[in-house]
Amino acid sequence: MLQAIGIRSVDELFAPIPAEYRLSRDLTIPRQMAESEIVDWFKQRAKENGEGYTSFLGAGAYFHYRPVVIDALVQRGEFLTSYTPYQAEFAQGTLQAIFEFQTMISELTGMDLANASMYDGSTGAAEAVMMAVRVTGRQTAVIARNLHPEYREVLNTYATHQEIPQKLVSYTDSGTIDLKELEAAVDGDTACVLIQSPNFFGTIEDIEAIADIAHKKGALLIVSIAEAASLGIVEPPRQADIVAMEAQSFGVPLGFGGPYCGVLATKEKFVRQMPGRLAGQTVDKNGKRGFVLTLATREQHIRREKATSNICTNQALVALMVNIFMTVYGKVGLRELAKQNLAKTVYAAEQFDKHAKVLFAGAPRFNEFVVQTSEDPYAINSRLLGHKIVGGLPLKKFYPELGNAALWCCTELTTRSMIDTAVGLVAESERSVRTMKDVEPEEVAR
Amino acid sequence: MKTNPITRKATRHISQNEGLIFEKSSPGKAAWKLPPLDVPEVDTAKLLGKQERKDLGNMPEVSEIEIIRHFTRLSTWNYAIDLGMYPLGSCTMKYNPRVNEFVARVEGLANGHPYQAEKISQGALRIMKTLSDCLLEITGMDAITLQPAAGAQGELTGLLMVRAYHESKGNARKKILIPDSAHGTNPATAATVGYAVENLKSNDRGMVDVAALAAQMNEDVAALMVTNPNTLGVFEQEIHKIADLLHEKGGLLYMDGANMNALVAKARPGDFGVDVMHLNLHKTFSTPHGGGGPGSGPVAVKKMLAPFLPTPVVITKPDGTLGFEYNRPQSVGRVRAFYGNFGMFIRALAYIFANGPDGLRQTTEDAVLNANYIRKGLEGTFDLPYDTPSMHEVVFSDKLQSKKGVKTMDLAKRLIDYGFHPYTTAFPLIVPGALMIEPTESEPKEELDLFIEAMKSIAEEVEEDPQYVLDAPHNARISRLDETAAARKPVLRWKPETSNP
Repeated sequence: MLQAIGIRSVDELFAPIPAEYRLSRDLTIPRQMAESEIVDWFKQRAKENGEGYTSFLGAGAYFHYRPVVIDALVQRGEFLTSYTPYQAEFAQGTLQAIFEFQTMISELTGMDLANASMYDGSTGAAEAVMMAVRVTGRQTAVIARNLHPEYREVLNTYATHQEIPQKLVSYTDSGTIDLKELEAAVDGDTACVLIQSPNFFGTIEDIEAIADIAHKKGALLIVSIAEAASLGIVEPPRQADIVAMEAQSFGVPLGFGGPYCGVLATKEKFVRQMPGRLAGQTVDKNGKRGFVLTLATREQHIRREKATSNICTNQALVALMVNIFMTVYGKVGLRELAKQNLAKTVYAAEQFDKHAKVLFAGAPRFNEFVVQTSEDPYAINSRLLGHKIVGGLPLKKFYPELGNAALWCCTELTTRSMIDTAVGLVAESERSVRTMKDVEPEEVAR
Repeated sequence: MKTNPITRKATRHISQNEGLIFEKSSPGKAAWKLPPLDVPEVDTAKLLGKQERKDLGNMPEVSEIEIIRHFTRLSTWNYAIDLGMYPLGSCTMKYNPRVNEFVARVEGLANGHPYQAEKISQGALRIMKTLSDCLLEITGMDAITLQPAAGAQGELTGLLMVRAYHESKGNARKKILIPDSAHGTNPATAATVGYAVENLKSNDRGMVDVAALAAQMNEDVAALMVTNPNTLGVFEQEIHKIADLLHEKGGLLYMDGANMNALVAKARPGDFGVDVMHLNLHKTFSTPHGGGGPGSGPVAVKKMLAPFLPTPVVITKPDGTLGFEYNRPQSVGRVRAFYGNFGMFIRALAYIFANGPDGLRQTTEDAVLNANYIRKGLEGTFDLPYDTPSMHEVVFSDKLQSKKGVKTMDLAKRLIDYGFHPYTTAFPLIVPGALMIEPTESEPKEELDLFIEAMKSIAEEVEEDPQYVLDAPHNARISRLDETAAARKPVLRWKPETSNP
């Protein structure tokens, strides 16, 4: 090859790089490893990573069963190693799959249409707010405080330089958004109201009432859904204008937080302000049905600085996992799956309530609930870890006003015996704290 | 006329038709089974009241074999790296090693919850730390975040840090300079961060025009976003002068790392004046494109930008264990929930391990060698608008073929008939009718020869029968699709046929 090119050594090809910037030493990185060593190294890391623990964590990342056909299919090289389907004739598989994904997401969310995916639920929510600003020509966003705190942080980052002022609306003692406060916050400058349902505490919001408040003032309603599995049994937010969903629950591994699958769904009239890729149906020269990426004039590779978003790469392969999951469970299975989640959660909340306080009982919930204890949940969790159990997420960091509260989650994979064991351990610690209280109340109060 | 062209790679084979999954659905079919419920059943109507969902609309009901066949048939309609070369310029479609997929699915890593205690997250943290260390050594930078979900989000993160840095000096500044050869995400990102975009012309060698830069540079400029090697595959030889011009006026040099595959182990951006850059793990570090994602876009910075990194950052604690640090008052904040596309970190690190220092150097050399081999093979057949030396990719134009009315997109579509994915068309914008070709190191000489032969054969066809090329593809499942109709009256989802149309 060198001869064909007409050079003596490969070094000549690097001559364009000025000599002083050429690296004349080896990189200081681990030496080349054999495949067996690589596998060993990662298996070791897996052992240091909670392998074999039972977990009650949710909070935007849910442990559901993943049917094995998902990995069997997404690992086909034709899906795994293909590029973004810009060359439609050579990518009909990916394009048709996206079209089916868009259809199922629309069906499940009660929206007219959905895009091909966003990075995750948090960036999806932030993009939805920016979309609402474009649609309404207004600047202010009203945000529920029981929206996932990390989603709020991401929105802050995105909104800062878009000059989108935010108003936070608090929650009531049923865990749902304070409708009176919301009504007072929404005015003629409000571009959108952004809420989550089921919200961060796991309770289900009254979408109809919230939509009325938003729409009365001409604002859009954005509903963020972090637990997609809820859509099997909970009425979708049909009155919303944009749904920003995290679809991780549908067949995507927890994977320490990513990659996940955000997706936006909306009403037909807003499609031209929607960010992200869209697959559309069309015909070829012979009238045969086919699919293409469409409405690209919204996107950065055409519009550059005037694009609806800077997003380029999305989560295609993860969206395919979601797609296959939705196809496997389908119309009946998604409902039955959701019912199991609900049943386990009802059982667990009842058990916890016997020994500690389960907050926000006033509204229906899906698969998460907040447990308030006498003892610091970090201390409880630390003891649970000794029994290979990962307890609920302590909420102090995000909601200090809730005191010793933690967010617990059950899915169809949580067994009754796991629940009983965890409840038993929490009950034990509650009893011992109460006993101590009787003896030395002052010391405990500290 | 030419009904049976020589095709060395592609041949006919059975391709199955397959409808939409909804068209196969019928009540009662199922591919799922749940274990018996071990807690009492609940009355959903009572629990949820008006919030209970009664109907899941047109969700499909199909059996497992139908699902397997459906997606397998769809998959066969795709081109993929596993089927052959993907000469997409600036996309770096290299081989995706299967060991990466295997280790990403090891139980403790695949099932790790992002909020599990640090004590039982040491494995994940160690992976993040080791990858960070490797990427810092490869780029020659001082600090890094792995959080951004893709290249474009990396750009966003980088520019947010640029802005925060300038604000900390009392003036956020007004604009970002972007060469006319840049990727579309660059200007789109600058706009997202609230900066005005100012174009910078390239010189006749396809590089940043240093004199023009000197004239345009002033204290309103927050940063220059440069891709190096640039989108012509040309190394910006005066990169240090560019950096000096920026730095003299207090501006920063941002490097889009899309083309880092030309530099790994051969040159380090940190050594040639770059202040902030992003990497694309799905390009340079072999994580799969998966039909459009997921990506991962770590951002590496020089020391003075480190305080502005997104939260959290991975730190080593006094006891030697790893943890997340959240208390960073100057941070630009979070750019996404949790810690980034962790699954991609695993794959990228496995790739680095599989290569080591020698392998990474060899990889870069092979990538550049392959691009130059193609350049030599096609020079003369296609117009080379810039004869500046190529690194990992080469950009031709359709100037010769367009005389016969055949444009770059037509040539690309004909390439499909030869069993190759098209190269990148019509980009960079500074080359009218561009053919942007990047073979990567993965391709053996045999595949490169087939590609060169295919391109030459197409060029001959243009001379003999341009209409045949204009009508391509001829052997694909479908012919050219009506994109105008798709955009004019968008059909973005399936709907059941109604009885009263």
